[in-house]
Amino acid sequence: MIRAVFSALLSHWLKSPLQALALLGGLALATALWSGVQAINAEARQSYARAAATVSEGDYAQIRGALTLSDFVALRRAGVLVSPIIEGRLNGVRIIGVDVLTSPTLTAFPTENLGEIEGPAFYGTAEALALVDLAPDIGKVTVEGAAPNTVYADISLVADLLDRGTEIDRLILLKDQPVGAASPEKLGYKVTPAQAGTDLAKLTDSFHLNLTAFGLLSFAVGIFIVHSAIGLAFEQRKPMIRTLRAVGVPLQTLIGLMVTELVGLATVAGGIGVFLGYLVAAALLPDVAATLRGLYGASIEGTLSLSPIWWLGGVVVSIVGALIASLGVFLKLWQMPLLAAAQARNWQTNGPLRRFRLGAVILCACLGLGILLFGKGLVAGFVLLGALLIGAALLLPSVLALVLSLGQRTASGVLTQWFWADTRQQASGLSLALSALLLAMAANVGVATMVSSFRVTFVQFLDQRLAPELYIYAETEDEAESIERFVEPLVDVVLPLVYQDTVVSGVPTEIYGAKNHSTYPDNWRLIEASQDPWGQVAGGSVLVNEQFARRTDQWTGAEIEIEGRTFTVAGVYGDYGNPVGQIVMTQTVFSEVYPDNRALRFGLRVDPDKVQDVSDALRDFGLSDDQIINQAAIKSLSKGIFEQTFVVTDALNILTLAVAGFAILMSLLTLATMRLPQLAPIWALGLTRKRLARFEILRALIFALITSAAAIPLGLVLAWVLLAVVNVEAFGWKLPLYFFPLDYLKLVIEALIAAVIASLIPAMRLGKTSPSQMLKVFANER
Amino acid sequence: MNARIIAFLCLLLPSLALAQGFAGLGTKADDFALPEQGYQFEFPKDHGPHNDFRIEWWYVTANLTAKDGTPYGIQWTLFRNALEPVAAEGWGLEQVYMGHAALTTPKAHFATERYARGGTGQAGALASELTAWIDDWALTQNTISAAGPDFAFDLRVDGLGPLVFHGDQGYSVKSAEGQASHYYSAPFMKVDGTLQLPSGEVEVSGTAWLDREWSSQPLASDQTGWDWFSLSFDGGEKLMGFVLRGETDYTQATWINADGSTESLGIGAFQATPLEWSETSGPEVPTRWAVMLPQKGVDIVVEALNPDAWLPLSIPYWEGPVSVSGSKSGRGYLEMTGY
Repeated sequence: MIRAVFSALLSHWLKSPLQALALLGGLALATALWSGVQAINAEARQSYARAAATVSEGDYAQIRGALTLSDFVALRRAGVLVSPIIEGRLNGVRIIGVDVLTSPTLTAFPTENLGEIEGPAFYGTAEALALVDLAPDIGKVTVEGAAPNTVYADISLVADLLDRGTEIDRLILLKDQPVGAASPEKLGYKVTPAQAGTDLAKLTDSFHLNLTAFGLLSFAVGIFIVHSAIGLAFEQRKPMIRTLRAVGVPLQTLIGLMVTELVGLATVAGGIGVFLGYLVAAALLPDVAATLRGLYGASIEGTLSLSPIWWLGGVVVSIVGALIASLGVFLKLWQMPLLAAAQARNWQTNGPLRRFRLGAVILCACLGLGILLFGKGLVAGFVLLGALLIGAALLLPSVLALVLSLGQRTASGVLTQWFWADTRQQASGLSLALSALLLAMAANVGVATMVSSFRVTFVQFLDQRLAPELYIYAETEDEAESIERFVEPLVDVVLPLVYQDTVVSGVPTEIYGAKNHSTYPDNWRLIEASQDPWGQVAGGSVLVNEQFARRTDQWTGAEIEIEGRTFTVAGVYGDYGNPVGQIVMTQTVFSEVYPDNRALRFGLRVDPDKVQDVSDALRDFGLSDDQIINQAAIKSLSKGIFEQTFVVTDALNILTLAVAGFAILMSLLTLATMRLPQLAPIWALGLTRKRLARFEILRALIFALITSAAAIPLGLVLAWVLLAVVNVEAFGWKLPLYFFPLDYLKLVIEALIAAVIASLIPAMRLGKTSPSQMLKVFANER
Repeated sequence: MNARIIAFLCLLLPSLALAQGFAGLGTKADDFALPEQGYQFEFPKDHGPHNDFRIEWWYVTANLTAKDGTPYGIQWTLFRNALEPVAAEGWGLEQVYMGHAALTTPKAHFATERYARGGTGQAGALASELTAWIDDWALTQNTISAAGPDFAFDLRVDGLGPLVFHGDQGYSVKSAEGQASHYYSAPFMKVDGTLQLPSGEVEVSGTAWLDREWSSQPLASDQTGWDWFSLSFDGGEKLMGFVLRGETDYTQATWINADGSTESLGIGAFQATPLEWSETSGPEVPTRWAVMLPQKGVDIVVEALNPDAWLPLSIPYWEGPVSVSGSKSGRGYLEMTGY
């Protein structure tokens, strides 16, 4: 019996292949985007873990100053795990000596072919090794891909080579200190914190949350499709279910078989979806890799290596999604009286659903308001986004109903009145698909606004901040002094770029010493300032960046303590793209606070026409190419990185929109099959099939237009949340919001085109419906 | 315990750039001193380093008990490995030290390691008294202490007790081909002090066993690993026995009476057979053994306190406290390598 019932149930899908396609396609698409995003996230996280194992020195806190071997031993004997580094230059090649026995960064060294070499060796690229006159009896190991112009070796070799005796340049502080270790500060050493912003996982969190949010959104859109397909299938199968039950099939058996059927379909769809997800991830990963490299310097591999768990997870997600989407249907089936009639056109407009929807909207509104008032953190920001989107999607049917009833009121003729009434009647069947479109469009508007606002702000910021035409870097303080003396007469002004990493008010902060010169007041835009802020800075006050101001809640007028001295904040400047706090004081004050810190970098203000001459002169003076940087080059590099940055977001945007388009197409196609009984009387009254078909297309346009009208304000609110809430939480700065009306118009046109294309197939089919089929409607009327 | 030489030789190979320094070791073998039969030990001088030998260690294991009766075990080890048979100075890499410390509870096992060069003073040992150290870890006549990221121990030592010499008056042969080492122990040290665990501090007391060994010769080429036992019986006697696993197993043992007098037992007298294997964080290893020494009426079962006493360090091996039951009862330590 079970076999017979099962085949009866399955025959429905053969009869309505479109519904089967909607169900399978919806689930597959939902699973595809979800698992694709998961794959990208997983790959990136693995890369971070690998990167964390081969960290660079900058990831460690350090002790600097006049240090020797005995400082190193004293600290180690006190239980403080430190590792010494010495550094110098020979023939222009940077020589770095590390303690191979204690260095935590050694995993960067190769371990192959070690057996062939006797004794400790020098490591570096072939070019670098060739440049240095190294002792012939000591091994040399060529490392392809090593830092250019750099040679590494054990500290014992480098100390001899550079004739440094027992001197140490710096001690790096290992991360895993033993239980009960003394603090280096108590032993009289000053610790410079690790370069902030190197915690890749944390830095890139917001990026991945963004991706996950997109994945979830697409999944939700897909589930909308599945929900409508299942609901419709259920209504259409009611007569069959009625018959089956009437011939004695127990309800439990029936539900069990329907769940089995659903799980089977979901497994097939999940399998297809995971495969599509793999394709999505494989296609997007190179761009994700480029984005992460550009934005955060995080290196991830451009190839996918997926675990079986991931494949299985995708299928499970598909099954769970299908079960969630069909929960309501099974509940209804459970409560259904034995001889209930089919209500194919009412299946979404019943009272409980509307009440549930209202409740959910209120809940979303309360949640959103609560987060806005009391929420903290990145996750809260994304929950706010979620509440906003879901609330809006749930509200859409009511908005549609309102607009359409207004339209109906303006209608005068019979035909227009029928049109509006018919449109209203259809709205309930399409509302889920339209909600999906709303979400996709709003996300599109929101993200596009964010990205473009980011781009505008960032480009302006680059133009302001990279004012000096040339930047030069010295290797040592002696070199810096001689370069400064040499270059001063050639340029308008030399701006020393001197900075110190420290901690102010508990926040890792860079302190900059700026020369008193018009470059700064001319180019730096302050987002908050007292009267004559630069004049005050000249008088001993400081400026802080927005990140610092936000993290410590110290704005203009606040008093902050730096290295035991108190400074007044004269203003706050926007500092986009910088992960850490920053404070600017004059060079004079800086040299009082940090007398040992001399500038090694300089910005040169030169007549743009003379840039080439000055760089040539500097090259002749002995500076290497990587010590001279042209401002134009940095700018184009930064902008190039930026252009690549949001490729992934764009791609996901398009995919989400495509899913929404699919949802509309499926809904219209399924609705079309039920429309015949409604349209046949109108046709019988004299309206041609062609005109009816045109009305169908017009109707789809109206729906798309109303949805677009709702999507744009929603998208702008979304953009505001992204810029003013999520961004502040993720990066510590607020981005100004810019509007891009042309982009929105383009999107609306795209949505309208999508709606027309989606309505074209059912409309064409209607146009070709034979009169005999129209007539059959009257014959078959239940 | 010459077998530990291998551990130390391989030690730096997998992870460190320095490793290549050991590749040419064979060619310099002639420069190193070799153990001599009939060598007269001299104290405190022989507590200190023998820089002209290639390999040396200060190896302490201790069986401890908390006030509530919970058994614990600790390990404190300092290895010295010479790249050249001279004392080091400054940054020189002539003498390299490695420390291992571990703490075993019935449920958990913690282990950590340190490296240092001998010429800086970061690690070393004195010839004037028993004092060996690496970083903040110390072993003296009065104290044994070490700390890792998640554990620490600090024990007071109440005198070294009688010293015990293995093999032929401290000349311990390790293979049929004659590889040997100088080997003495202080198996009667009484200790008490504090363990620091993630769950808090624990006061403990018990006995510690110090092994001192130095040599320049590795094992025979077919010897791939070993099982080494140091057992203390309730009657006060002690037993050191090892099985070197090769084409044919090579076993040696020293019977130590309660007064510290010793009997060296012949090759093959000591027998150890695995009874039960356990999963660990590393490979599967035997954690329950049948140990026989018919000459002394020893027919016992030796069982690990915590089967997962695996040390996942540069050179990974198993080392942990054991309990003894059967014809004699007691406790001790077991070391297993080459699995």
